[in-house]
Amino acid sequence: MSLKSNLHTLKEKYKGTKMAPAFNALHTFLYLPNETTHNGTHIKAADDLKRTMNIVIMALLPCLVFGMYNAGYQHYVALGEIERSTGFLASTFWTMDNLIVGMWQVLPLVIVSYGVGLAVEFLFAVIKGHEVEEGYLVTGMLVPLIVPVDIPLWMLAVAVVFGVVIGKEVFGGTGMNILNPALTIRAFLFFAYPTWMSGDKVWVHGAVERDQMIANGSNLDAISGETILGSYAQSNMVDFSFLDMFWGLIPGSVGETSKFLIIIGALFLIFTKIGSWRIIASTLIGALTMGLIFNGVVSAEWIGETSKFYGLMNVPFWQHLIIGSILFGAVYMATDPVTASQTNKGKWIYGFLIGFISIMIRVFNPAYPEGVFLAILLMNVFAPTIDHYVVQGNVKRRMRRLKLKTA
Amino acid sequence: MSKDIKIKKGLDIKLVGEADKTVEQAIISNFCTIRPEDFHSVIPKLVAKEGATLQAGDVIFYNKSNEDVKFVSPVSGKVVEVQRGPKRRIDAVKIQADKTQSHKDFGVFDMNSGAATTKAHLLASGCWVFIKQRPYDVIANPEKLPKAIFISGYSTAPLAADLDFVLAGKEEALQAAVSALSKLTEGQVHIGVGSSNSPLANMKDATVHKISGPHPAGNVGTHINKLDPVNKGETVWTVNAQDLVIIGELLLTGKFNAERLVALAGSSVKKPRYFKTVIGSEIATMIYDNGVDKEGNDRIISGNVLSGKQLNPDGSLGFYDNLISVIPEGDDYEFFGWNKPIFNKISTSRALTFSWLNPKKKYELNTNTNGEHRAFVITGSYEQVFPLDIFPMQILKACKYEDLDEMEALGMYEVAPEDFALTEFICVSKQPHQDIIRKGLDLMLKEIG
Repeated sequence: MSLKSNLHTLKEKYKGTKMAPAFNALHTFLYLPNETTHNGTHIKAADDLKRTMNIVIMALLPCLVFGMYNAGYQHYVALGEIERSTGFLASTFWTMDNLIVGMWQVLPLVIVSYGVGLAVEFLFAVIKGHEVEEGYLVTGMLVPLIVPVDIPLWMLAVAVVFGVVIGKEVFGGTGMNILNPALTIRAFLFFAYPTWMSGDKVWVHGAVERDQMIANGSNLDAISGETILGSYAQSNMVDFSFLDMFWGLIPGSVGETSKFLIIIGALFLIFTKIGSWRIIASTLIGALTMGLIFNGVVSAEWIGETSKFYGLMNVPFWQHLIIGSILFGAVYMATDPVTASQTNKGKWIYGFLIGFISIMIRVFNPAYPEGVFLAILLMNVFAPTIDHYVVQGNVKRRMRRLKLKTA
Repeated sequence: MSKDIKIKKGLDIKLVGEADKTVEQAIISNFCTIRPEDFHSVIPKLVAKEGATLQAGDVIFYNKSNEDVKFVSPVSGKVVEVQRGPKRRIDAVKIQADKTQSHKDFGVFDMNSGAATTKAHLLASGCWVFIKQRPYDVIANPEKLPKAIFISGYSTAPLAADLDFVLAGKEEALQAAVSALSKLTEGQVHIGVGSSNSPLANMKDATVHKISGPHPAGNVGTHINKLDPVNKGETVWTVNAQDLVIIGELLLTGKFNAERLVALAGSSVKKPRYFKTVIGSEIATMIYDNGVDKEGNDRIISGNVLSGKQLNPDGSLGFYDNLISVIPEGDDYEFFGWNKPIFNKISTSRALTFSWLNPKKKYELNTNTNGEHRAFVITGSYEQVFPLDIFPMQILKACKYEDLDEMEALGMYEVAPEDFALTEFICVSKQPHQDIIRKGLDLMLKEIG
């Protein structure tokens, strides 16, 4: 008997039992099911939710691989073992040593994220008797990319459980949630363990450990790996060039540093029609608008150089897209179709406000100078309201038509 | 005033097996079956009991809630079986056809008659059931005065019978039917045609509009939405172009002639072509000769592949259908079907699906769902194939949570299930859109009426 017919026999055996959703979830990974249409359309288009999610994961993979190399690279640079290099193809960047350190640090994040998250999903599917839906495939890949590389794994596990249960399952699972689950997980980490989510120690592998060794009396130099935003916020000198930020050879969360690869991912998502170009474009427009306003404030000399906001306000507006995680958020987070606005007009408003508020938080909150994830979560909450007003436009048009007729 | 309608949003689904433009006389079917389920929301009250002999045009049953609406026999013969389902519901009335057919004579109709006479004549002769109404997509309520009547002379559905071909030479009957219908509305009869060669292009007593664009440009629902959308409290009627011929012939000759040209199409058919047959005929009289493999694993559909009804090989042609589609069943697993590149299926995305490379290619699609049922996730894709000024996902969700006010506000009076066939086809979550809309309409019919 072939694998196909063996699995079919097993599927029939599990049918109607509690274990059916768990078995089916694994089965459908191997084989597209033998389900046929009934009445309704007798033919169906080729896409299903798995394929859609898979495209997003494909768009994220380059960021993950780059993130691994970068983790190792930042580690060795901070230790002073290699020189900082420039350019995307720098020879000291794409080395086996960097990759090994990176994999050692990043793969456990991926494994914990998927392992814990899918376990929760399977559990809920079995308890509630519905199929395992594919939403977590993307969430599970996003989570390791938006946390600092040295985050303790148990913290990540706790956060994932929180994010999946409170962020998604209590609302009814994939398709029903209000907040982006990946960002809920990050928000949980951010507020529950703030020392591990910001500052100048967490972005480079080994920095925290080194700090503890110094505290214990070792005679070593402290490692500092501040993000670009952190430097700006404290009006420190930024010693990375614009191109470094673009290529991504800078400290930051695991997967968000390389703007170059994010742009490639964005083009892929837009080309495949999986990501909404409306949201991506409007988020960037919103960010540029807010940046321009701040530049205007500076050039009108409404605030002085001594102001604590001066450093970030003075950043040329277009550079806001290159620093921080606004690009990553716009491409992979804001576009989540479940939590974004669902109407095309609504998407423009939703995206614009995300960009606008992101930069506002970034500038006015120097203690934790990244506002993208907060802005997206905020707009997640407001997306249904935006949609409501867009849909009301259509409803009102219909009412007017009726009034004209009866008048 | 004639108006050109150009549709941009939509999708032409090109399938293998379009019917050749040749007509064959189908083998005369021994049995004719009328199924009350073809007439949605009608509860039949049987007149012709088992054993009754009928002429073509004699009443079989009428609508229990409106006794004027009568359903007549397409053939002359004897009622041999009344199939019943649970609670003695009538599932089908089977009539054994006579060798020589005789027709009840309703008399040649005086075309100068007024609206009331015309209506009474159509009701008495069983032709009324060809007229459907919106809202609710059911047989028209004869007590209502419609603000307009819509007829589509342009079929854009996959593998659809070419109306220009099947209506050719029937201009006289068509004109009689259109003139009669024009008396029944306070507004106009709107006819949508694909080109000026259409037999319907020069109809008098009607406004002819030229339609272009991808499917659902030919759907009558699209025309209504673009020309004169249904508001609350209003009614429009729709008639299939082919049924105009039956109405017209009745008016001109006095006979209920249920003859119809039917296309046999689809990738499982060896020689797709047209048949001349009668409403309710057994499909076995058409599908096997140079058609479907008897041992084949195929899906037989009365109607088109998007909104037709599944038939068994011993089934019969649906009352309103002029197409039998036969496509392969897809009840097999496909290894890594969810992530490998796909070249042989249609998709509106480019998610490793490559139908965008060659928009002219014809596909051989089967009935596999290509994925499992999921909650609504993806947004913005339905709007690309949905030309009506309605938010498709929002109205579907309103139907699912049965909020009557919201359904009404979002435009439920304007739609029929078939308008949601394309969104159902492309739906990534494999939701049954047409079923959701049908249930929503039924709920409204019950609660609001």
